[in-house]
Amino acid sequence: MRSADPYLRIQNLTKKFGEFTALSDISLEIFEGEFVCFLGPSGCGKTTLLRAIAGLDIQTFGEIEQNGKDISSLPPAERDFGIVFQSYALFPNLTIQRNIAFGLENLKKPKTEVESRVVELLELVGLSDQKDKYPAQLSGGQQQRVALARAIAISPGLLLLDEPLSALDAKVRGKLRHEIKDLQNRLGITTIMVTHDQEEALTMADRIVVINEGIIEQVGTPQEIYNAPETTFVADFIGSMNFLSGVRAGENRIEVGEQVFTIDNALWKADSEQNHDVVIAIRPEDIVVGAASENCIDASVDSVEFLGPFVRAELSSPALSGQSIQADFSANRVRSEQLEVGSKLQISLPVNSIRMFNRASRV
Amino acid sequence: MAIAESTNQVSTNWKEVKSRSSRDDRQMLVFMGIIACYLVVALAFPLYAILSKSFENNDGAFIGLANYIEYFKTPALTYSIQNSLFIASITTLIVVSVAFLFAYGLSRSCMRFKSGFRVIALVPILVPSLLPGIALVYLFGRQGMLKELLFGHDIYGPIGIIISEVFFTLPHALIIIMTALSIADARLYESAESLNSSKLRTFFTVTIPGARYGLISAAFVVFTLTITDFGAPKVIGGDFNVLATDIYKQVIGQQNFEMGAVVSMILLLPAGIAFFVDRIMQRKQVALLSARAVAFDPKPSRVFDWAMFGWASVVSVFILTILLTCQYAAIIKFYPYDLSFSLNNFDFDRMDGGGWTSFFNSLKLASWTAVVGTVIVFFGAYMVEKGRGFNAGRGVFQFLAMLPMAVPGLVLGLAYIFFFNDPDNPLNFLYHTMAILVISTITHFYTVAHLTAVTALKQMDKEFESVAASLKAPFYKTFMRVTVPVSLPAILDISIYLFVNAMTTVSAVVFLYGPHTALASVAVLNMDDAGDIAPAAAMGMMIFYANVTVKILHSLISKGILKRTQAWRYR
Ligand SMILES: Nc1ncnc2c1ncn2[C@@H]1O[C@H](COP(=O)(O)OP(=O)(O)OP(=O)(O)O)[C@@H](O)[C@H]1O
Ligand SMILES: [Mg+2]
Repeated sequence: MRSADPYLRIQNLTKKFGEFTALSDISLEIFEGEFVCFLGPSGCGKTTLLRAIAGLDIQTFGEIEQNGKDISSLPPAERDFGIVFQSYALFPNLTIQRNIAFGLENLKKPKTEVESRVVELLELVGLSDQKDKYPAQLSGGQQQRVALARAIAISPGLLLLDEPLSALDAKVRGKLRHEIKDLQNRLGITTIMVTHDQEEALTMADRIVVINEGIIEQVGTPQEIYNAPETTFVADFIGSMNFLSGVRAGENRIEVGEQVFTIDNALWKADSEQNHDVVIAIRPEDIVVGAASENCIDASVDSVEFLGPFVRAELSSPALSGQSIQADFSANRVRSEQLEVGSKLQISLPVNSIRMFNRASRV
Repeated sequence: MAIAESTNQVSTNWKEVKSRSSRDDRQMLVFMGIIACYLVVALAFPLYAILSKSFENNDGAFIGLANYIEYFKTPALTYSIQNSLFIASITTLIVVSVAFLFAYGLSRSCMRFKSGFRVIALVPILVPSLLPGIALVYLFGRQGMLKELLFGHDIYGPIGIIISEVFFTLPHALIIIMTALSIADARLYESAESLNSSKLRTFFTVTIPGARYGLISAAFVVFTLTITDFGAPKVIGGDFNVLATDIYKQVIGQQNFEMGAVVSMILLLPAGIAFFVDRIMQRKQVALLSARAVAFDPKPSRVFDWAMFGWASVVSVFILTILLTCQYAAIIKFYPYDLSFSLNNFDFDRMDGGGWTSFFNSLKLASWTAVVGTVIVFFGAYMVEKGRGFNAGRGVFQFLAMLPMAVPGLVLGLAYIFFFNDPDNPLNFLYHTMAILVISTITHFYTVAHLTAVTALKQMDKEFESVAASLKAPFYKTFMRVTVPVSLPAILDISIYLFVNAMTTVSAVVFLYGPHTALASVAVLNMDDAGDIAPAAAMGMMIFYANVTVKILHSLISKGILKRTQAWRYR
């Protein structure tokens, strides 16, 4: 899919609001036809980066190149993008059809061509029967689709979406996720979507850019981000993660309390020397019940939380010197093993599920 | 990229990126520049002219502070400073208390007849400030109907001025305090109630602090309006001189323009200070506003509701008495000797003052001001709010737009004489024309109109322009197809505000009208001056009728337009 040259290249981009640095030294490449999500907690700078790409709030330093052309200092009107805001910003006094036609009317095309394109777009987003209504007469999900149709009407090279689904309820959100992704696939339009919802990012994106406090933590496919987080921030932010503090006790051994864990060298992210403080991490769903050849510990159940298809148990073990650990068990297993508060059990931490980080980078 | 790593990276290019401007940006800048030029010519230059005049002698030679020294050596003149401060302070005290109680009743009680009280309280806006003075002459003058109530005091003087100013400024204070009270957060009251706090305690710990910026702001507005008003002291002031009447007397009576300029500068001081304090207060109020408050929903309480009803009635009776007295004066033959009904007083063509022509001139002035003013103000506000870049220029524009509020009408009018009547000025041909009256009136009332426009524009989704830019729509398309239709209610508000004020204003235009451009409000002044008090009252009522008619028309039209063009507002 990837051609040699990226469609969008961001180099050493920094954005300051007065003394405050909202983005620092961001470098990123996005390829033609890709669906990229900017993911991060509130206030991390996702919107700021998107607005810099659109030219709405120009960066303080750094360059942006789109389709081989330096657009760093171009005003928004001279860039090539369509945008959907969280508020949708539909023109309230124009009908759906006029909203969608708004951009087409500026292309100096014959009227009939504009109208047929509008019909086509209305069909594309499934709102043909609503075309004469005003935005206020539509539901949130319908408004969102109008905004999307308006943004892609002039066939921009780049589609920017700022939390387009956050104003909708969960059901509609799930449905629209698929619709947007599907539409993007069909049109093949390079798309950047800002979101703070990891599920959204994991299900929709080809690649995810995890941002925290104005810097990029990791760029990768959803699988890479989930399975191989490069920083404790990413590990913690995406999905659930147990962190255990320990020290390095040998080539591939970590000591946590009295327990020595064997880990896989290849998964080490830390470069610490012997006896240095490290953190090991494992997801609750990766913890296995029952004895195994390695990394086996005795634990007792402190609390259980029912989460529908599975149960999250808070476990503790004297061997871990007071550090507790969360594990997910299927409802079945809980029943068959009769797990409840106070139960004793043996768990093991599979070697290939354990990751290690420097303790310094623990957030 | 780990955190430790990223901080070590050094960016190669530390040259700050500056946005290039688009064609839209440049076009908008040009329009903003044009309107800024208007403000410079119609405001900054004349103000400079009056300032420099105060340092010159009769022949136009620079004489430094000599005029000021002469001013302060003339006790007859300096007394006016005290007098003005006295009148303004007392009026402020009375009006803010009265208006606060009235507004409190309107927003916090379940009294009856609320909407009626609200309408009555806004009546004074529709008449010139000369009118209450005329009513007071009929009520408490030498042959007044209620003369005994004064126990021998003279209505001509501070008492009359203060009563007139209370009438004149009350609605302005009321509007500000109503806004302040209506944004108060209901949740505070609920929590106060659940803490079992007494009503009185809640009042002092929650209500007053919540409304404090509104109260202070109202106080400064009333103070400014009073100290700069010239209608009331002119009609009912008698020998009691204030700064505003001094300017008028120096210029019209003694043709001493330099001294007029000096008094103007002195009048600018308190008005200017009040203006800046008020701006600061307004800003804090806005900060309060943005916090998400829950609207307060009053619960009925017999005693409290009736007490508030009583107070609102007293205030309403006061306002209506003044208005109806003028109405009465206008339609009887010859007070107090012949009280039979007659329309003789409306036969303006038989009196000095401009006759019926002056009334039609006023209508013309008001219409032009409303149309041209609304276009200039709204366009200017749009350019300054929605344009990109050139922030320094934007700041200057904002300042110029706010400045008129700090400049008393008389000062502006006198400044126009100095600037436009200068034979060397290429704009000299404007002098004594309808055009200069329109320009001065638009400028005089620019600030409030501008703020209304800015508020409306700020309420619009700020991403409209971003979306339009991404769709490559030129700004004028977005402006005409979206901004104007969506802001139509505010645009209509601005035009009616300009119309009503153009009908009633005296201060700026009194120096500027010419033989063919006499105005109704000025006719009221001149007829009153000549002793034709009843015709003056009649003309004052004509202004009132015109304003009421236009207000009613305006609400009908705006309802019609809203129904037609704003179907989207209704689901
Ligand atoms: N115009 C501005 N002036 C000053 N600071 C700003 C401005 N815009 C954003 N910031 C700051 O920059 C940081 C990043 O803001 P940004 O809007 O990009 O966050 P975000 O990641 O989009 O968050 P959210 O998920 O809440 O939308 C925040 O700390 C914010 O306060
Ligand atoms: Mg955001």
